[in-house]
Amino acid sequence: MTTKDRYDVVIIGAGPGGLAAAIAARQNGAEDVLVIERDKELGGILQQCIHNGFGLETFQQDLPGPSYAQRFIDQALDHGVEFLLDTMVLDISSQRRIFATGKHSGIVDLTARSVVLSMGCRERTRAQIRIPGMRPAGVYTAGTAQRWVNVEGFMPGSRYVILGSGDIGMIMARRLTLEGAHVERVLEVMPYLTGLTRNYVQCLMDFDIPLQLSHTVKRIIGHKRVEAVETVRVDERWNPIPGSEEIIPCDTMLLSVGLIPENELSRQAGVLIDPLTGGPFVDDSFQTNIPGIFAAGNVVHVYDLVDWVSEAGRLAGISAARFAAQVRRKENRLVPLLAGENVRYVVPHRMDRETLAETPVRLQLRVRQPIESPVWVEVRNRTNLIARKGELYARPGEIITLEIPTTAYDEVQKADELTLAVVKR
Amino acid sequence: MSEKTKILCITCPKGCTLEVSHEGQTILEVKPGCKRGHAYAANELVNPRRMVATTVNIRGGLHPLLPVYTSAPFPKGRIHELREVLRKVEVQAPIRMGAVVVEDILGTGVNILASRDMAQA
Repeated sequence: MTTKDRYDVVIIGAGPGGLAAAIAARQNGAEDVLVIERDKELGGILQQCIHNGFGLETFQQDLPGPSYAQRFIDQALDHGVEFLLDTMVLDISSQRRIFATGKHSGIVDLTARSVVLSMGCRERTRAQIRIPGMRPAGVYTAGTAQRWVNVEGFMPGSRYVILGSGDIGMIMARRLTLEGAHVERVLEVMPYLTGLTRNYVQCLMDFDIPLQLSHTVKRIIGHKRVEAVETVRVDERWNPIPGSEEIIPCDTMLLSVGLIPENELSRQAGVLIDPLTGGPFVDDSFQTNIPGIFAAGNVVHVYDLVDWVSEAGRLAGISAARFAAQVRRKENRLVPLLAGENVRYVVPHRMDRETLAETPVRLQLRVRQPIESPVWVEVRNRTNLIARKGELYARPGEIITLEIPTTAYDEVQKADELTLAVVKR
Repeated sequence: MSEKTKILCITCPKGCTLEVSHEGQTILEVKPGCKRGHAYAANELVNPRRMVATTVNIRGGLHPLLPVYTSAPFPKGRIHELREVLRKVEVQAPIRMGAVVVEDILGTGVNILASRDMAQA
């Protein structure tokens, strides 16, 4: 639960980008940092990427995904970052007001002096690549299968065809083989491997899993469950070559066909999206077109190495802390003007302390009750009189004007609030 | 009689193709490649090893599985054997990252380590 309704920095998403941003924001002067995460735990997708190969740049060590995440989680906790888990952000406004909800957190409504968007990306699905054929159970994205096999503990099938030679697809081919499944084939529509060569060696070659380049799925076969896929060779323009079809019996097809930055929330906040990257347009501080809203990691563009996601998060966190500090300084300069004895309201409601360095500040007010005898119109900091003027009477129908002179500058610097009163002389 | 073997290096994301000139198991020359690449090529020729990451069962944890990994590269030919042993391992939550789940697995000198903290559910 949050106890505050205002934070210096609020970060959306506790993956590698968000965690790095949170740590950097605290290290760079943010007074309070809140990370909102929809999962039940921190770390994001790294928790299901149990394979090695993370952190060669950041830690000069070959770590599994969860170990890489753990280091950032530990640092974030050490730096006093606050977290809201199992909580879904529903809306962010361009004024950085955030609405979220969760079973344990209830309805959350808070305002951030700056925001870091770090929602990451989502996998492209079957619908997005329009594979023809039946629509049986057994067609999943590679990342979904990865979550089931590595975190939740069940196998989605026993004989697999994997479409796409991206890293997640190849890593899942090895993982499923290790768990006793049979991976019949990895298919790639391009004439070259789309993932890293090291993954081709240690995931496919090591386990004798065949890779077919320039091949794709022509049709999915099966009623209730996938029974087979029909594959076909394609030419350089992705046109199927007749006569090259092959039917491969299997019960599951995994898709590793690309990732798309997840920017629904960004759009709601008015953030402009680059159609090429699928992520926000950002400047070199990772600020979007909306002042005070920053973005980092796969939400901006899809990275190949997590180390660069962490680095982007770190930079965005520093920028967000700086922006929040500016907003806070401005907020601290504002002194509320309160309606005290026999005052109905005062305009303006707040004044900038620094204005008095240059000019007097004119206040206007109305009284509650008429007083048909001479009165004092006063402004005080607690009991200290700051300014006063006399009037012959005070009537609710007539606005009274009072000026705070520049000579009151020092007194006003000490005030948390100023109170106006209209009293009998 | 010296022969040449091509090896794809998996040490880092660059994925260099190394050309190894060797006489039996004695390496004469590796090119191109860095220090780590040369060490990898030497091992790969004689005794290929891989880092292995997998899961073991965990009781009372936030999830039913705990991700684990080998403390050092493990003999490639014995990976399936390793998996059979780990399939029968069950640990108890809570556990800390780096905790030794199995010591000296299959007499290889390699330990199996927890990849993360796992709190009690």
